[in-house]
Amino acid sequence: MLKRMDRNTLVFLAGSVLLILLVQVLISFNILNSFWLTILRIGGVMAIACLGLNLIYGFNGQFSLGQWGFFAIGAYAAADITYRWVNNHSADGLVVLTLGVLITGLVFVLLGRLLGRIRGLDALSAFSLYLIAAIAVGFLSVFIGQFLIGPVSGLLSLLPSAIGIQLVFFLSILVAGLLAAELSFLLGLPVLTLGSDYFGIATLAITVIVKVLLDNSDTLFGFVEMKGARGMIGIPKIGSWLWVSIFLLATIIVVRNLLQSSYGRAIVSVREDEIAAKAMGIDVANFKTLSFVLGSLMAGIAGALYAHINGFLHPNTFNFIKSFDILIIVVFGGLGSITGTIAAAFTWALVLEGFLRIWLPEGFETWRYVVYPILLLLMMLLRPKGLFGGYELPFLRHSMPALSLKPATAALSSQPEPIPASSEADSGSAPGITLSRDDAKSTTEGS
Amino acid sequence: MKPSLATTAPSPTIFQQIIHKRWIGKSLIIVVSLVVIWRVITALLENPSVFVQQVVNGLQLGFVYALIALGYTMVYGIVKLINFAHADVLMVGSFASYYAISRFNLHLWLSNVAPNLSPTISLLVGTVTVLVFAMLVCALMAFAIERTAYKPLRNAPRISALITAIGVSFFLEYFGALNFVFTPNFISFKRPFPVTTWALSSSGIQALESGVAPPPGSVLFSNIFIIIVISSIVLLFLLQYIVKRTKVGKAMRAVAYDKPTARLMGINVDGIISITFAIGAALAGAAGLLYAIAFPQIVFWMGIIPGLKAFIAAVLGGIGSIPGALVGALIMGQAEVLSAAYISTPMRDAIAFSLLIIVLLVRPTGIFGEPTLEKA
Repeated sequence: MLKRMDRNTLVFLAGSVLLILLVQVLISFNILNSFWLTILRIGGVMAIACLGLNLIYGFNGQFSLGQWGFFAIGAYAAADITYRWVNNHSADGLVVLTLGVLITGLVFVLLGRLLGRIRGLDALSAFSLYLIAAIAVGFLSVFIGQFLIGPVSGLLSLLPSAIGIQLVFFLSILVAGLLAAELSFLLGLPVLTLGSDYFGIATLAITVIVKVLLDNSDTLFGFVEMKGARGMIGIPKIGSWLWVSIFLLATIIVVRNLLQSSYGRAIVSVREDEIAAKAMGIDVANFKTLSFVLGSLMAGIAGALYAHINGFLHPNTFNFIKSFDILIIVVFGGLGSITGTIAAAFTWALVLEGFLRIWLPEGFETWRYVVYPILLLLMMLLRPKGLFGGYELPFLRHSMPALSLKPATAALSSQPEPIPASSEADSGSAPGITLSRDDAKSTTEGS
Repeated sequence: MKPSLATTAPSPTIFQQIIHKRWIGKSLIIVVSLVVIWRVITALLENPSVFVQQVVNGLQLGFVYALIALGYTMVYGIVKLINFAHADVLMVGSFASYYAISRFNLHLWLSNVAPNLSPTISLLVGTVTVLVFAMLVCALMAFAIERTAYKPLRNAPRISALITAIGVSFFLEYFGALNFVFTPNFISFKRPFPVTTWALSSSGIQALESGVAPPPGSVLFSNIFIIIVISSIVLLFLLQYIVKRTKVGKAMRAVAYDKPTARLMGINVDGIISITFAIGAALAGAAGLLYAIAFPQIVFWMGIIPGLKAFIAAVLGGIGSIPGALVGALIMGQAEVLSAAYISTPMRDAIAFSLLIIVLLVRPTGIFGEPTLEKA
């Protein structure tokens, strides 16, 4: 196994492990105080979520504002599981959600096989069938779950409590990620057929809807511990630096390997030119769904970690204004740049949460968000291609071109124009809308 | 629709028909809409006067949304930019009219100049003056924003312009939140005219005195409602006139249609874009005054929620289309008020946004959006 690793891989892995351990050592010796530690962890969490969005937007060209909604779903799901474990000493949340997520995944895969045989099934019909299946599975898993809660709780409490909670936490992260991924699959089915700007707006609507649902989580949906608009408290603060960095490293490797595979090339080809991709035999709708689901999975994982760093969740944290943060980081780091995204996420956390709080003189704390937009404007003017302008670490380098952005002027005409394939890269252009609509039409009609 | 299925399979089975005509998805939407329609109709039959009251409230909200939505739709139509800063222009409009009214008594100027005039007329003129003032302030500000923030990015990627718009939005909000600007506190807005409420019932219209219960089964409406509806309609007609009948409007349509060709025809494209921003912002300024009159609490982030709803309304109606913005905004106002009244009050935003997604699924470019390329 080791023989097959090349130098870049080794250097990257060794370097990142060393970096992680170095930070851990600094933490253990209290050189890094809890303020900076929190900022580092938030940076790591944002990096995971932003890598997800970069996969959706930067590599696949789907302008999504829904990342923050799936982040919220992950955060609340994981927080609910660990809250119930810590405060009620019951694994009911864990058991029911895990069962639900696993059975739903199984049913979705089987249903996908079945529906794949029907030619010309439109997205909305597929959505209705999947929705019915998901609702049925939800009830089923609650029904089966009630028999398993007792034994599982008993088994878990046999473990020493310190290990038990870490195990529950780890499982809750995975479950939260899978939940976000399955929901994004379900919602993405119809929504991904929309054109790029409309897709962005529909996902923005999803974010707003998630926030409203969280506002009413206690009164309308009976999750008393989430406390609705008052904010969820009492979540164990166990999202340590090691957990965050392990998941970040895993995310980076998954994204990198995905992009270097034929799947990754297919994903990027969808961004570059949908018609050409289709002509090459690529199932465009499938690859859009794949990147959207994977991106949301990362959002869910990031959300789960975030909940356990903060220990407090409030629906206002997940209002749509904050969803721009992720978008801003991704654009800062450069669309289609893994290194840039990670660096930008940490920079964002360090500058906005750290340095701006410290550098600004006494009495000027409120200027933080006045300085931030000015930095944004300067950044957009000076480095429109991102922080590193297309540079990638050797390990993360992929054969794909960075997103060649087309100037806004080209997008101005609302008429279809014959655009050379190379310039048809801006996901948000007016021709992009027509392309995806065209795609939706032809896939739904089973051409 | 391609006839391929019919030719390959001579007699399509019912199953094939269901798949081909997309009946599963359609039935989901039909079931959802039937439930909603049934709920609305039973509510109407149950208590007609309450229902009409809700519709009146929804109209008031819808017209304010329409004014804001027009700014989004015009800017999107011409530069394909979702101008997130537009919501904060609304806030600035509210604060401009607040200062005009509370600090400078701009709404009283006519009664100071000509004290013998009837107070109704002088207050009306004063309110219109405040409205024009707010519109001017916002138009100038939007012009400045366009020139400093958006114009340098005309040739940059579209996402840069979007991020810049978000940045401008943050800047306006948090600059406004500074203590020497608008302060971070809620400020109670002084209406430029006293509120009168009328009760419309089977026995005719009567003015309500304070402390007197309205007659049962009556529909209440106030001069706020009248002012909002009338000024919105006047501004909408003005905008329609500008866009359809004047040379500037013609140039705007030309730029929206094809920018390079418009430039070849001798149109000052940058100037037209600035004018579009300014007109949209003027409408937002007017909406700022009207929104503050309707909900007299102003604060630096007040623009976000109506801005988002108006933007969604513009998309619902078909972004880029002016009648679409009006229709979308009226639908949005009704959806919000009626769902709050009859379906679920805390969930009203979720319902309104689900409506957007459903409409987009049925008509991917909104109600009035141009499905130009679908047939191509």
